[in-house]
Formats: sequence, C-alpha cells, structure tokens
Amino acid sequence: MEIARDLDDALSLAAELPEAELLAGGTDLMVEINFGRKRPDAVVAIDRVAELRHLARNGRVRMGAGVTYTMMLEGGHGSAAVWEAARTVGSPQIRNAGTLGGNLGTASPAGDLLPVLAALDATVLLRSAHAERGVAFRDFMTGPKRSVRQPCEIIVGAEWDDAGPAQTFMKVGTRNAMVISVAGLALVVDRARRRVGVGLGSCGPTILGAPEAERFAAGLFDEAGWERPSAPGEAARREFGGLVAGAARPIDDVRGTAAYRRHVVAVMADRAIARVGAIA
Amino acid sequence: MTLSIPTRVRGVIGESTPRPDGVPKVKGEFAYASDLWRDDMLHGATLRSPHPHARILGIDTSRARGMAGVHAVVTSEDVPAGARFGLMKRDQPPLATDRVRYAGEAVAIVAADDIERAREALRAIRVEYEPLPAVTDPIAALAPDALLVQDDGNVIDEVQVLHGDARAVAPVVVSGEYEVGMQDQAALGPEAGLAVPDDDGGVTLHIATQWLHEDLGQIAPCIGLPMEKVRLVLAGVGGAFGAREDVTLQIHACLLALRTGRAVRMTYGREESFYGHVHRHPARLFYEHGARPDGTLVYVRATIVLDGGAYASSSPAVVANAGCFAAGPYRVDNALVRCVGAYTNNPPTGAMRGFGAVQSCFAYEAQMDRLAAACGIDPVEIRDRNGLVEGDRVITGQPLIGSAPVAELVERVAAAPLPAHRSSDPLELPGGAGNLTHGEDVMRGIGYAVGFKNVCYSQGFDDFATARVRVLRDEDGPLVRVHTAAAEVGQGLVTVCQQIARTELGIERVELDRADTSIGSAGSSSASRQTWMTGGAVQAACREAKAELETRAAGRGATLAIIDVEELLGTPVDRTVTHRHRPTEERTTHMQDDGHVAFLLAAHRAVVDVDTGTGLVKVVQIATAQDVGKAINPLAVIGQIEGGIAQGLGLAVMEELIVRDGLVRNASFTDYLLPTILDMPPVIADLVEHPHPDAPYGAKGVGEPPAISSTPAIVAAIRSATGRDLPRVPVRPDDILGLSTQSGPPAGRWRIIPGEDPRKAVRA
Amino acid sequence: MNGLRLFVNGVERRTEVRGGESLMTVLRERLSLPGSKNACEQGECGSCSVLIEGALLCSCLVLAEAARDRDVRTVESLAAGGELHPLQRAFVEAGAVQCGFCTPGLVVAAAALLRDNPEPTELEVREALSGNLCRCTGYGTILEAVRRAAREMYTR
Repeated sequence: MEIARDLDDALSLAAELPEAELLAGGTDLMVEINFGRKRPDAVVAIDRVAELRHLARNGRVRMGAGVTYTMMLEGGHGSAAVWEAARTVGSPQIRNAGTLGGNLGTASPAGDLLPVLAALDATVLLRSAHAERGVAFRDFMTGPKRSVRQPCEIIVGAEWDDAGPAQTFMKVGTRNAMVISVAGLALVVDRARRRVGVGLGSCGPTILGAPEAERFAAGLFDEAGWERPSAPGEAARREFGGLVAGAARPIDDVRGTAAYRRHVVAVMADRAIARVGAIA
Repeated sequence: MTLSIPTRVRGVIGESTPRPDGVPKVKGEFAYASDLWRDDMLHGATLRSPHPHARILGIDTSRARGMAGVHAVVTSEDVPAGARFGLMKRDQPPLATDRVRYAGEAVAIVAADDIERAREALRAIRVEYEPLPAVTDPIAALAPDALLVQDDGNVIDEVQVLHGDARAVAPVVVSGEYEVGMQDQAALGPEAGLAVPDDDGGVTLHIATQWLHEDLGQIAPCIGLPMEKVRLVLAGVGGAFGAREDVTLQIHACLLALRTGRAVRMTYGREESFYGHVHRHPARLFYEHGARPDGTLVYVRATIVLDGGAYASSSPAVVANAGCFAAGPYRVDNALVRCVGAYTNNPPTGAMRGFGAVQSCFAYEAQMDRLAAACGIDPVEIRDRNGLVEGDRVITGQPLIGSAPVAELVERVAAAPLPAHRSSDPLELPGGAGNLTHGEDVMRGIGYAVGFKNVCYSQGFDDFATARVRVLRDEDGPLVRVHTAAAEVGQGLVTVCQQIARTELGIERVELDRADTSIGSAGSSSASRQTWMTGGAVQAACREAKAELETRAAGRGATLAIIDVEELLGTPVDRTVTHRHRPTEERTTHMQDDGHVAFLLAAHRAVVDVDTGTGLVKVVQIATAQDVGKAINPLAVIGQIEGGIAQGLGLAVMEELIVRDGLVRNASFTDYLLPTILDMPPVIADLVEHPHPDAPYGAKGVGEPPAISSTPAIVAAIRSATGRDLPRVPVRPDDILGLSTQSGPPAGRWRIIPGEDPRKAVRA
Repeated sequence: MNGLRLFVNGVERRTEVRGGESLMTVLRERLSLPGSKNACEQGECGSCSVLIEGALLCSCLVLAEAARDRDVRTVESLAAGGELHPLQRAFVEAGAVQCGFCTPGLVVAAAALLRDNPEPTELEVREALSGNLCRCTGYGTILEAVRRAAREMYTR
C-alpha cells in the first residue's frame, strides 16, 4: 500500500509496481475487495495527488482524473451533460468519493460519465513515467471493464471541446436514485463545430456511439440551422430514436431486458433531441 | 404517613412517548448482535452449496483443519445424528448430510482467530458434489411424476376453504391469473450472534431473533444439550420483518463454541444474509369472481400455489393464511379456495410481514377492480358494496368482531386530499435523478385496495406471553421493572410495555430488563401480536401488582390514591403472569371454523405518475386508513404504517430476489433494490380506533396491514394510468410497456381452473 | 499487518491493520467504534457513513491504509460533552428511530447536509439522504426530524 504524494510519485510507483491497483475514490475497487473478488498484492492510492484535481476551460475543457462527481456538480466545466450524469451517480457519499479517472479506469459499460465522454468525443489522457498519450475515448474501452490503459499508466484526465449548452444526459434505473444504469444516453450538439455526438451506456460490451443517428441529426441541424434553436418534428425525432436504438447491442441481464433497453434508448433519444434542439 | 401529591404521570398509553433505546441508537452506542465482542472470541464462517440440488459424495476438511489459526471445522458428521431444525416441521439438517436441496444451504462451518482466516479455511474445504436435476417450478413440483425434493412428497401443506356452494353461478364473471415475485425482508442489520460456552457445559447465545424460546427449542437437540443448558439473550436487533423467525446461524455458532470451548461470533455479510434467511413466498394465483350486475359478490374461487423452497419453515401457516384471506374483506356467500405450498429446489421461504395475506390480496384486489369495470362501477363503490361490517362472516365462517367497517376505511382514504399538481422537478418524476422525463408521457393514476389479516397465532395454537413486573424503590423513588422474553426488533414494543406499566401503576419510572430465556416465552415478535400478547401480559401483571399494593395500603388503613406508594415498597411487589388470548379452533377439513383471534383491516389509496415512454413509476402519494383499535403510541403507529407502506411499495415496483434455475441472481443491495427516500412519497395516515373487546385497551396489532394492501393499491394506480393488466409484482418497466417476453405472467404457462387442485394443472 | 495512524474524533489513534481492510472494519473491529454500521459493504446503504476531512463518505469504501493521517469523524463524535446533537435529539423525538441500524449513518449524513445547507428544501433533504437506506420507517419521520433539527440549529 503506497500513498502517492504527487503525480511524479504516482507515476514512479506505477512504474515500480505495474501489478498494483490504482485507488482513487474506492467505490469500485473496495467493493471487489470487500466481497473477496480481488485481493491485490499492491495498491497505489492516488487520491491525494493534487495535480489530478485540476479543471480548466478555455475553448477546450480539461478535467483531471481526480475530479469527483461532487466537484463536477459544482460546475466549472460548462458541460450540462457532465453535470446531469454526475447527478445520477450513486448517492452523495459515492459522489464525494468517485472520480472521472475511476469511472474511466473501471471502464464499465454502465459507467455513468462514459456516454458523455463518448458524445463529447473526448480524449483520455494517459501518462506513464516516460510518456503521455491521448486516446480518443471511442478507442479507449475495449470490452466490459477492459481498456487500452497499460499497467504502468495512470489516467490523468480527459479533455474535450467546449461544446456549448446544447447537450444532455439521461439514465434509466428502476429506482429514483442510487441505481446502476439499465441504459444511459448522452447527446451533444456542438453548434459552433456543427457536430452531433451520441453515447450509449449499458447497451453493449462498451460504450457505444451511434454514427448513423449522428449523421441523421446533423442533417436536421443543417436544415434548421445550427445557430438557432429548433424543434425537430415528431417523425424526425422518431427516426433519430430508431437509429440510436439500432446502434444498441443490448443483452438480457438481471437489471433489464434487451428489448427494454432497445426501446428505452429510442425514447431517450427522441426526448433528448427535442430538449437539445431547443437550446441554442 | 405523607399524603402523596397527585402528579401527572408522563408517557402513558395514547401518548407519542419517545422510545427508551432511542438515545443509545442515535449515539451509535446501542449494541446490535454484530457489535458484540469478547477479547478472546473466535470468528465463525459458513460454507454453502453452490448447487440447487446435488448429492454430497464427500467432504475433505483435512487441509482446512490443519491451517494455522483455525480452531474447528464442523460438518454434519459432528452434529448429533438425525438432528433437524425448522419452525413448523423439523426437516432441515443444521449442516447438509448427503444432499443439498438449495443453493446456499450450509454444508460446513469453521471457527478461526479472525474472519479472514475463517474464510481462507472455507476455501480450503473440498466438497465433492454430484449435481442432480432441480425442481424449480412449484406447479411442476406438484405433478405426480415430479422429482422429490423431500422424501415424503413435494406438498408441504395444503388447505381447502369451502364456504356455501362450490358451484355457484353468477351473471358477471371475471377471472385472472396473478403472480407475486420473491421479496426479501432485507432488514438492515445482518444476521449475527455470539455463542459463549458456560462452565456447566452449556452455552449462552446472544442473538438477534424474533423468538428466543422457539430458537432455544430448535437449537438444543441439534447441539446435543438439554434445554436447560442452553440460554438465549436478546442482542440488539437491526430489523426483522419475518426473516429472524427461523434459525439461521444459531445452531452453528453454538456448535462452534462448544467444539472450541471459546466464544464464537458469527456475522453474515449482506450477500450471505440473502442466502442465509428465508424469503417471502413467491405465489401463482388463479382466480374467478362471480357477481350480480350491481357488483354484489356471488362467489370467489381461487387456486393458489406458493413456492416453499427446499424446507418447510413456516409454509404450513402461510399456506393457511393465503387460503383463509383469499376472498378479501368482503361478504361472499360462496367460496372455494385451494392453496398448496410446494417444496422446490429454490431458496426456502417463510415469514415476511403480511405472511400469505400479501400474496392473495394482490390477486383479489385486482379481481375487485376487474369486477368493478365489468359492472360499470368505480373501485370505491365496489368495495363499499361488498365490504365486511361487524358481524359479517368471512369465508372461513368466522364473524368479524371489533373491527371498523371496510366501507368506512375505503371512504376515508377516498376523502383524503389529493396531491395538488405534478412536480416540475425531474427528481420527483418517474426516473428521478436519471433526468428522463420533464413531463413527457407522464400519466397519473389512482388506485384503491383494502386488505385484512389475522392478529396473533391462529388455528388452535397455544399462543401465550409471559411478563414479570416488579415494583420496588431505590434512592430515586418508586421504580417498575418489566421483564419479558419478547423481542424488540425495532417495532417499539419496549415503549408500549413502559406505557402500559405507567398507565396501570401510575409510576413514571419504568425500566425494562433484557429479554432472555430465564423467563417464560413471550412468543414471537410476528403476526402483529406483541402489543396484544406481551402488552396484555404486562397489563395483567401490573394489575396483579396493583392489587397487592392496594392490599398493602389497606393494611395501613389507607388507599393507593392517598398514600405515598414508596411506603408500601419495603419489600418489592413481584408478579409474573402468563397471558393467553381467547382459544382459537383448529383447522377443519374445509376451514369452516373460528380459527383466528381477530382481524386487522386497512385501506390504501395510491397516486402514481407513470412515464409511459420509459415504463418507470413514481409513487406520488399514499393515503391510508387503518383500524388500529387504539393507538397506544400514535407516533410509533405512524412509523409502522409508513414503514410497512415502503415495503409494499418495494414489492409493487422494485423488490424481487431473482431466482433462475434455483440460483439467486441479485444477492446484493446493488441489484436487490430497496426504496430510497426519493422513492417514498408522503403518506396521509388516518388512524381509525375501533377497539377490539378482547385486546388490551382495544389495541390491535398494527405492523402488517400497511404491507398488505399498499402493493395492490399502487399497482391499481399504475393500471389506471396505463390501461395495462399488470398481473405480476413487482411491476417491471417491460410490463408497463408491453414488452414482456411471455404473454402474461409465467403463471400463464399453466392452465388451472380456479378452485381446482393444482395437481391437475396442464401446461398451456 | 501494518501500522496505521488516524485522527479519529479528534484523537490520535494508532492500530495495526491488515491489507485490504476497510476503514469501517478498522473503526468497528480495531478501534472499538461500532457506531458505523455494516449493512452492505458496497456503499449502497450509507449505514457506515463518516466524515473524512469533512467529506461525507461510506467508510466501507475507504481503504483503511489510504486514510493514513486523515481526520475521521464518526457518529460517536456528534454528541459533544454528553449532550445530544440537535439532529440526534430530533431523531429520537420525531420517531425517526425504529430498529436504529440505519440511524448512525443517517445522522452523520444529515449533519453534513445541515452544515452545508442550513435551510434545505424537502427535496434537497431527500436528495442528500438518498444514499442512506432505512427499512423500518418509510422515511417520513426522518424528514420530520431533519426539519426540526434545522429549525433548532438555525433559527431562534
């Protein structure tokens, strides 16, 4: 058990102990340990690394891996979808502990923030003692709880274009709070850059995009004008919803059925484009 | 002699007195069973079967026994031959012998220096299993050619209620099939106990339980000790709701303590708790109601199959209850009800708040709404028209005595104010924090339901409670000490006992001795019975003590009213009374008997918002009217009502222990969802006080009714918002959206004529 | 076993811990502070809530060794000088305690809420306590207790 003092310390510990588990908020790792599913030989705690708690916004948003959900709810990042996703995470206790980096590191298809990162076309920043690299979020996850992060690498943060206010996140759970996502959807309409982004959670082995739906929606905004609010018609919303649902690759599990996930993703997409369309 | 100045005694019955254990509980100082500690104690752990059904070919414990820090490894070989435990049938071995009958059945136990070592030892035990086919459908389990879970057949128990004409006909007929999923009590305090060997070769077990003496009776033979060498002391109980009526780790902890000669603590984690205790019976219910065109009931016929799991637990009584209450609190001259409990290789089921009445209420209240629709009248009117009034007979022939009329309760909830408007905050809309609807596709619905159930134990059971009351004096003045073996599980019996003693004796200072088995049984903290039974015993003992005080006062030429009671307490007054309720009749062939002490009634009205796009539900408000007889402690009654409704809400929309092929799929609080404070709506509770003539102060039990009709009221409201049939609880989003893979509930896969023997079921 | 120093309820505490042990386990089993309850071990019920450096956290999700030298406040610290915290008193008087297993966590969570937000709306109270499960009360009396305590603490 090592407690990293600062980022350099964390990186050298990660290099020395490549088998070590990195511990930030503990909301995932400690459950595994408490239930006897993991018994790590080495743990490097990175929750005291101040550099990981930075947040900068200057055309591009750069968020440190140590930023907690509670900090995200305090703002400073300009992303409504990040705010809405952070609010759906667990409970106040969990939001005080859990971090951006932890959500990325666990790489669960149900990670609440991850559909937002997909929709924002975010870049994940990974650093080792020797190098830093950025990986497009869409290339970051390789499967359920698997990612391209190397053992000696630390997720130091993520960055994305400041996409403006037209964005939202929604999540289905069968309880009004403190529930793991049955399905989640993020929609970002970056009016300045004329880009639509969609991210789907709990609908496949990784966070999924919906390229066809994105192209379709971009077409709608091409028509209506990117700069001003618009109200996509019912038929267009339906079609968008159908395209998003078509991108889902859900399964039946204890939390929900594939049929439900497909259905509800279409409903969320329909509502999301109506809401986001109205925001300029 | 000094003349006493009459003072008002605070904290008598009818007052919302704070509970005596409240302060230690808010300070974190109250000792729950899982907090117990001895410096030299060992930690026990349990190895459980991963298979729903398997033969045990061998158990190799040699490696575990040789591990450092491991003090005992115990298997069935170390248990007295033939030892069996169980609430109503002694059918379960403390540790599996040659077979395991459900996934989670205990196979071996260990005691070690710490819990880590104990768990390592479990991993070192090699059990060789030969998996066997598992019977997991309770209706299939009843077929003549079904594999046997227990050697004497797969029927745990069955009842037939025949009232009037079994073949009555009516112009309006509605029928339906219903299903209730497996609910878990999910008390927050996991099972825990500390067993301490005694110098006389016996053992003392500090345990969180609902019934010390019943545990004692089951433990002693399974650990090879006479009853008098086994002592039980109630440890702090973190909720119960039926889950602590059965033995879980009691025998194991005692076996380990006796084997090692050391104190042994056992504490389940949450996952193990789901495997360790019994659950609510899943039910399949096949119903037919016949009525006149104005909605007046002519007949009810029903067949109910309950999944009892691998061992009997309290299934026979749950079966009887589901049958007795199958027609609801309604006047109906003709009824034919069959209810069967089946053994399966699913986890065992037993007591949970509502105890059989929950399952049938879900079905008969859906039927009443269907009937109302068929007759073109509203849900309130059909309940008014058919509701029992004082003196009416229920379908078991017993008259309803000392209860409020059903119509009054229904009309009271119908008259409660409705929530004004829909919230604009998504947090208060279906989906809550998930930001799903800002009002899109939200439909509001209102539903009604009424339910009833027995209080106390029924059908000839010798149901009693013992209380010892001592009146003494110390440096602070007169003091009453009350001792019973009754389990305070959170319900507030401790306050009730104090209030009764203050009321009867006029002495404010009342202290309670720790519940243990050094006094006679108080019976179980279940069946909503402790206010009636232990409360009744305390009342009776206080009255005897008061009579003695009066005698002493008379001896001094005074009366209690004018003498300082302290002067009479040179020697303490000490009275022990065993209180019994009116005897009940034993079950008859067709259940036409006065089998119950009295009935508890409540009505609920639910208002829900349903997001018809996502299939999610927000319960907006619950109004309830409950006949409590007399509210001994109104605040505690409200607590029981709101808490019971929360559990009914859970069953309605989120709580289900999902079992597939005999395996529990969601044994955690991540996936077994309990309602949070954001799910629970405001409750408007109307306490109706129709005293029962036999009850202390007329006070009926209050614990169970809130958990009975709240569920069907919520589902009725969802039906009214969506137009869906919703024959199953918990209602899933798929059901609301019509996406369910089967048409109708799994029960629809069987065809059973309501009232017929389920052994005649045919696959649909 | 490794040595660990914490500052618990204002007092320096040293103990030995095993790798992987949660702060909850250390508080309960090694520091004789069983007020933080163990009901789920996965951060779903809030019964083990504590304040670490002022932040409300589930102690079951805190690796004990990672809390080295931290300031930890448990439910046992709330009643200062033997006098109940207004929230503790309100919980008792409003009937918000039944079995009481959830109570320590709820009191700690509610204390964190009222520290940061003296006049919460009902919905804010609900959101702030949504990580604390109670199986007995149905939450109505808990809401009432928080209301009463807020009144007592912040109005005269």
